[in-house]
This record gives sequence, C-alpha cells and structure tokens, in this order.
Amino acid sequence: MSITLFIIVSVIKIAIVLFVLLTAVAYTVWLERKVVGRMQNRWGPTRVGPFGLLQPAADGVKFLFKEDLTPPHVYKPLYIAAPMLAVIFAITSISVIPFGNWITVGPVHTPLQITDVNIGLLVVLGITSLGVYGVALSGWSSNSKYSLLGGLRASAQMISYEIALGLSLVGVLILAGTFSLRGIVDAQAGYVWHFIPNWFIFRGFQIVAFFIYLTAAYAETNRIPFDLPEAETELVAGYHTEYSAMKFAMFFMAEYANMITVACLASVMFLGGWRGPIGGPQWLRELEPLLWFVLRVFVFLFVYIWVRGTLPRFRYDQLMAFGWKFLLPVAIANVVITALVVALTSH
Amino acid sequence: MLHLILFSVFGIICVAGAVNLLAQRHPINSALSLVVVMGSLAVEYLLLGAEFVAAVQVIVYAGAIMVLFVFVIMLLNAGEEEQTKGSHVAWLLGIPGMIALTVIVCWAVLHTQSAKVALNVNPGASKAFGNAPDIAWLLFHQFLLPFELTSILVLIAIMGAVVLAARPDSAEQSRGEG
Repeated sequence: MSITLFIIVSVIKIAIVLFVLLTAVAYTVWLERKVVGRMQNRWGPTRVGPFGLLQPAADGVKFLFKEDLTPPHVYKPLYIAAPMLAVIFAITSISVIPFGNWITVGPVHTPLQITDVNIGLLVVLGITSLGVYGVALSGWSSNSKYSLLGGLRASAQMISYEIALGLSLVGVLILAGTFSLRGIVDAQAGYVWHFIPNWFIFRGFQIVAFFIYLTAAYAETNRIPFDLPEAETELVAGYHTEYSAMKFAMFFMAEYANMITVACLASVMFLGGWRGPIGGPQWLRELEPLLWFVLRVFVFLFVYIWVRGTLPRFRYDQLMAFGWKFLLPVAIANVVITALVVALTSH
Repeated sequence: MLHLILFSVFGIICVAGAVNLLAQRHPINSALSLVVVMGSLAVEYLLLGAEFVAAVQVIVYAGAIMVLFVFVIMLLNAGEEEQTKGSHVAWLLGIPGMIALTVIVCWAVLHTQSAKVALNVNPGASKAFGNAPDIAWLLFHQFLLPFELTSILVLIAIMGAVVLAARPDSAEQSRGEG
C-alpha cells in the first residue's frame, strides 16, 4: 500500500473509531441511567425520544449552553488543561485495540484496528498511567479543600490499583507470548474439546486473573464500589467540584471512555477478542467479528452498570487495604503459578 | 530523512522542556515540564528501535515517578519560588561552565572510536536491540545478579521509608503489647 493510501485509510479509521467511541460514551450514560433505574424499580429517561434515546443529545446541548464559570481562585493554566488531559488520555488508548479481523475494501486490505503496534498492551497501560494527571492536577488547581482531597484520594487509588491491573495481565502475556493485542487475540484461536473456545479466561488460572482485572478496573475508573473520591455525600464532588458545564462534561466523557477502553481490553485479553462463529457471504464474514467484539464489550459494560446498581461503596482505608494487601499478592501469586505451569509443561 | 526530522523535533522538545523546567518559578510547572522531557525521551528510544524501553519509560517514569513528584508538590503546597536580588555569580560562572562542559562532552563522544560495551546478546537478537525478548535475555542471563541486588536495594528503600514514616507512639504501643 502506498504511503498516501495508508495515510488516507488511517485517517478514515481514526475518524470512524472516534465517532463511534464518542457516541458509545454518550449511550453508555443512557444505558447506565436506564439499567440503574430499572434496578431501582423506576423508569430512567423516557421522555426525550423513544425510550429516552435522545437523552444524551439533550444532555449535550444542556452542557453546551451552561455557564462555563471559572472561579477566581483557581490556578488557571492547569484548571483549563486538566479536563483536556483527562479526555485526551482516555480517548487515545483506544487506538491499539483490535476490533476485528482484516477486511478488504476495493484495493485496500487493512485490519479493523487503528494501528497494530507490537507493544500494544504496554501502550494502553502507559496511557492509563498518564491518565492520573488529569485527576491529580484538576484536584490541585481548583484550590479548594474538597477538590484537593478528592483529587489526591482518586489519584492514590488509581496508582495503587494500576499495579494489580498490570500484574493480572501478565499471566495472559505469559500464555500468549506477545505484547501485540492482535497477537493475543490470534493466540486464542481454536477450540478445546471442540466446543469450549480457547479463550484465556478458560486456560489455567486466568479466571482468577480475570476477576482481579475486573476489580482493579472498577477501581481504576473510579466506579462503584470504589467511587469514594467522587461520591456526593463524601467530598461534595471530589476533584470536579469546581468545574461546570463543558469541563465537567469532559471529566464524565473521560470516565466513560476509560470504562469502554477497559471493557475492550478485557474482551481482547480474556474473552477472545473478536472471535466467534462466522458464516455467510464474504462481506458479512468481514463484519461479523466486529459484532462479536461489540457483544463482549456490551456484556462487560452491563456488568459494570449492574455492579454499580448493586453494591455499596468501600471506605477509603478499606479500599487501599484491599488493593495493596489482597489484590496485589493474589495477582503476584497468579503470575508465579502461571509461569511455573508454562515452564514445567513446555518441554 | 524522516528519522532525522523526528529525532531533531523531539530532541528540541526534550531540551526545551528541560530548560523550561529550570526557568519556571512554580514547581508544578517544572514537574510538568519534566513529564514532557520523559515523554520525548521515550520517543527517542522508539526512534532507536527500543520499543519496550520506550513503553516502560512512559509507564514508570512519566506515569509513576513524576506522579509522585506532583503529589509531593501538591501536598506540601509549594508555592512560587522567591527570587532574591543578589549576586550574579551563578550566571557568570554557570553559563560559561555549562557551555564548556557541553563542548567537551560532544567532542569526546564524536571523537571516540567504537566505545561500545560488549554484551552477550542473544545471537538471535534483532538488529535494533531493545524489544522485550532481547532485554529479558540480558536481564536473566548476563545481568541476573545486579537485577536481584537492585530488587533488594529497592526493598531496603521501602523499609526505610516505612520506618521513617511510622509514628513513634504506635511503635511503642506495639512494643508494649508484644
């Protein structure tokens, strides 16, 4: 493929993925409001459009028209930059996630992925690590005690659970042998005993790793049961207390985009990515993996929202003790056992 | 050609970030400039073909160590530094000294014949050394002892920090009970 064609195809892919991601963020908010509402025996949004489907659009317009107030006591450069940083890092990490297999459109033969870097997993982990800055800097620059404490708590929580998150993925890496996300999905091909798919969640002890990942992901994205830093009853609104209108909306976009990225990563690492039975004409065969991938992400997001509607939140000291004293040792044990099993059975 | 352009651009960003680090008066701006320096160093590693090192640089340096710096600045509420009107000795000796040092280092680097360290690299290693298998080979074969000793060193540092941060009355209480 020539350079010009490659650049054009990449720009188209980036535009499509960005559009789909931002729409998915908006409709994840809708899904959450509906599902949590039903769990609490009420309707959720129903008035704006059928089933409340235009509610995200109404919310977007509301945020655009709200007064964008900048309090006088804030440290302006970081106050304005922090939500932008949060959104940038949340959206960038989707660029290495594989959504499907290779497709051929005319002269173009391209994977359904913006770019297949051979350190794809490390890119996602690195960008997640950088995402702490948005939270920490917004808390500090708001120059208010609630924001500072909320920002510090949220960032301490995020960096504590990043370790367990990364370690839970090391077991999968040992089994797959590559950092490239497409390589990890390819390593989950085939079936065991003809009907159990060869996903990493079924192999060895990775079910433990999957639950460590799930828990650490809830803590990374500051969701219930780990959402103390942004709970209204605890710290007014935590690190986004002093933000209004569009900047506040950017923090929420960042949180839901992080949720979606974490769900995509879980699907790729543990649930077999875009693998699933495919059949039919050639053009349909190229799009069905995408449907399987979206199904997995949807299931993961539903579990996210389900947990949100069900569990109470941890107190902060319980949260930190859980992350350091339980999840981290279990994640290390998982790495050691997986490495032992692979080393002893590979000869 | 593109390689040279990218190298120059990110080299300039790196140096600009480092100079900004010194020039800023508020420590939080200095810390964020240091994050920019770490990021552009990661890109330089990428340009050398060491993608694993680049990723680890971002994850560890920019994403953990610099976050710690930012935490300290936030918690200690470090304000803008005061600038006292005093002697200009630092400027008079510092800038010529720095220029001389740069010239000497550049001259030494450019005039040295292959001053490379012989590493027992995995014979199947890629031409651009620095991806995960190559580093793992070195780390667990030639540099195994330094690797293990470094982990003990970090453990000692953590224990020292815990001892320093422990409150004295809780230490006495536990000694009284135990």
